[in-house]
Amino acid sequence: MIEGRTLEQDLDTFPKLLARNATKFADRPAFREKEYGIWQSWTWSEVRSEVEAMALGFLDLGMKKGDHVAIAGRNRPHFYWAMLAAQHVGAVPVPVYKDAVADEMAYVLDHCGARFAIVEDQEQVDKILEIEDRIPGLEHVVYVDRRGLRKYDHTTLHALDTIQETGRVKRDEYQPELDRCVAGLTPEDTCVMLYTSGTTGRPKGVVMSNYNMLMSAKNSCEFDNLNETDIVLAYLPLAWIGDFIFSVAQACWAGFCVGCPESEETMQHDLREIGPTYFFAPPRFFEGLLTSVMIRMEDASDFKRKLFRKYMDHAKKVGPALLDGKPVSAADKMKYQIGKALIYGPLLNTLGLTNIRVGYTAGEAIGPEIFDFYRSLGINLKQLYGQTEGCVYITQQPDGEVRIDTVGVPSPGVEVRIADNGEVFYRSPGVFQEYYNNPESTADTKDAEGWVATGDAGYFEKESGHLRIIDRAKDVGKLANGAMFAPKFVENKLKFFPDILEVVVFGNGREKCTAFINIDLTAVGNWAERNNIAYASYQELAGHPRVLDTIRDHVEEVNKSVAEDEMLSGCQIHRFLVLHKELDADDGELTRTRKVRRRIIEEKFAVLLTGLYDGSEEVFVDTEVTYEDGRKGSISATLQLRDAAVVPVSNKIAAE
Amino acid sequence: MSNVETYTTPDGRTIGAPVMEMKNITLRFGGVVAIKDISFDIREGEIRAIIGPNGAGKSSMLNVINGFYHPQEGEVLFHGKKRGPLRPYQIAAQGVARTFQNIALFKGMSTLDNIMCGRLTHSKTGMLSHVLWKGKAEREETENREKVEKIIDFLEIQTIRKTPVGRLPYGLQKRVELGRALAAEPSLLLLDEPMAGMNVEEKEDMSRFILDVNDEFGTTIALIEHDMGVVMDIADRVVVMDYGKKIGDGTPAEVQANQDVIDAYLGVAHD
Repeated sequence: MIEGRTLEQDLDTFPKLLARNATKFADRPAFREKEYGIWQSWTWSEVRSEVEAMALGFLDLGMKKGDHVAIAGRNRPHFYWAMLAAQHVGAVPVPVYKDAVADEMAYVLDHCGARFAIVEDQEQVDKILEIEDRIPGLEHVVYVDRRGLRKYDHTTLHALDTIQETGRVKRDEYQPELDRCVAGLTPEDTCVMLYTSGTTGRPKGVVMSNYNMLMSAKNSCEFDNLNETDIVLAYLPLAWIGDFIFSVAQACWAGFCVGCPESEETMQHDLREIGPTYFFAPPRFFEGLLTSVMIRMEDASDFKRKLFRKYMDHAKKVGPALLDGKPVSAADKMKYQIGKALIYGPLLNTLGLTNIRVGYTAGEAIGPEIFDFYRSLGINLKQLYGQTEGCVYITQQPDGEVRIDTVGVPSPGVEVRIADNGEVFYRSPGVFQEYYNNPESTADTKDAEGWVATGDAGYFEKESGHLRIIDRAKDVGKLANGAMFAPKFVENKLKFFPDILEVVVFGNGREKCTAFINIDLTAVGNWAERNNIAYASYQELAGHPRVLDTIRDHVEEVNKSVAEDEMLSGCQIHRFLVLHKELDADDGELTRTRKVRRRIIEEKFAVLLTGLYDGSEEVFVDTEVTYEDGRKGSISATLQLRDAAVVPVSNKIAAE
Repeated sequence: MSNVETYTTPDGRTIGAPVMEMKNITLRFGGVVAIKDISFDIREGEIRAIIGPNGAGKSSMLNVINGFYHPQEGEVLFHGKKRGPLRPYQIAAQGVARTFQNIALFKGMSTLDNIMCGRLTHSKTGMLSHVLWKGKAEREETENREKVEKIIDFLEIQTIRKTPVGRLPYGLQKRVELGRALAAEPSLLLLDEPMAGMNVEEKEDMSRFILDVNDEFGTTIALIEHDMGVVMDIADRVVVMDYGKKIGDGTPAEVQANQDVIDAYLGVAHD
């Protein structure tokens, strides 16, 4: 019997947890949302009455056990309540990406057979109405924000607060039925269904039971001692499993407070006002934040800049050691304290990270410089490795064992094994039930004993027992000369340059490696401003000869470091180009969680790829782009292709 | 009153009795006749556009409506009663708010403060009680701030709440100006070229806001606009002016079919 596999019977479904919180943490804040310029808050007992009213209203609309309820909106308490209310009735909430284009949304809603859709505003309602005839199962659309919707036909369209009002009025009529629904729920019942972003092919609906979610929430809360005094900021997409784990499952389990930002654009400011104690962000976020700090320091006065450099250097030297509780000399400690008063404290405060007790990053490799920067400021930033299919947690780093190149030890209750080909497999109480209506994919991913294939290649370090991930198992390939090809390895090294936003390396089955590069408009734009380089668009800046020179320098630097790796020295980049447009999820080039879709990019930009291999100096390309509202347009450009110097690889190949 | 019958728009809104009636207005500046014998009305709940080529007298007309200019001839009826020669602030107090063609915001003040200014006509406490900041003044300020925050939410400008408006791009400044006009809770809102100088996306946003204001608050809107596409899309009825004269009045479709209007916009061959 492995520890972390049993749930107390009175806490084994979400409605039971909410009922416990409404008494145990009755007057503690459960949700905060900034609206109309101030933070509105709801206690756990208020949340329960809101959720109950909603659930009663849903019953009145005819919602039944097993119905699917699509939810599309930004992080607002109403949507979290709607998910909980649907669970009370026994229905299954299906959060979907609110900025998904109509086509993607139609697929998901039709695939899960949603009878209800709960959406944010007119924009979403319009989108649903546009695809209505492709989702025959949809019966009712519910919206939160009334604005602009007054004139719409309200036979199947409802405002969420009207539903709550109906629920309150008809309480006597429906309360017994609701009680029966809640009592009938078992831990095996589905509590949520989330669609994977689909790096390959159509998204798949991952079915999660109450047991899966709550077991994962329990284990992870215990791992990091999360309790009712913690607070998080909910800003990641609702449709992503992480947001469900952090803002619903863990919040309900530990009873902590979830803060919702005023709007997506004010997130940074709201973060500062909320001051979360528990925080998750993808590496991209930390990277962006560091870039903005550095840019602002460049513009600061000489004295401030020098002070910043001096103390940041010191922080890099002793900060991580202090955080891990390793011995540090008294003089260094003293100097760190001064730095804290002058630099680190105020900086953390500006960033809104002062109160962080536990911080996680995952999803992509994080740059060593970025990781060290935050750790040296005293933020307990750790890495975890997870997947939608396993309720996020597979491995995570315990306090005091944080390293840049590993993803930690198996999380409580999780078993991990490495297959002969290097692929990582795991089995845990969080492992999903199935892909909805897709037994073949389920069988491909999960075997009869419950082991799930991650699709990632990795290995355990002998001495520490930490897991190291190299790349996607399917992306690891071979060059024409038989040398190993791991594109992520090179891409990550390049992406650590602030100038570079995205990289796609090609080389599988080919003689040499080449790369497509996206510049970071913020960083390069600022550089251009300081160097008096005028530009009118992303495209123009991306094609500027001096930008290309800088990027070439970066590529050559990376080539040197790649050459030092015995296994992967063949992955040096011989030629590259800077793309004329940013890779974008709307164009299908990235997933909604912003991972590159290699095959699609390879097909779409085939002309460019051919150019890179046939030695052309420049290539003309015309690309179709999709705007946010779904209209299409095109961008054309003539791109310069550049060579980069490579370090001669090992003697053996050179001799051939 | 001449005509009190109501009419229904194609999208199902019921338009009520006239709010403002212009009767045979003539406005002269010395020897120049800016407006010549124009009559039309603006009805409760409608979006009324005034269009015309450059120098047609559209802005002068708007200035007559909000009392900045006093016409030499004709009369203005407000809710059926003849309006005497009032000062602009008195007219503002009657519930008529406006925005300006070339943005008249306080550049150094934040978005929030600019919009708060729009609440001034509703302020009942004096300077002294504001200095003492006790009781009534404080309560009033809180109420005003609440109303302003609703407008900020409505116009989706939360991000720029504390930003000095001088630093904002043009399109956003226009939006802030609309916010300030809305803060006065007008029953009649006058917009002087709300889309001037905007790109397509900004125009789409602004059109949406104008329609939403009308829908959400039931505000009657009179607007001057050059962009024919916008006018034809959002206006219920259109007055067309040329050289100070009214050459057309009716629904967008009627106006578009009017030969005089076509001539004024496309020009006619002179013999």
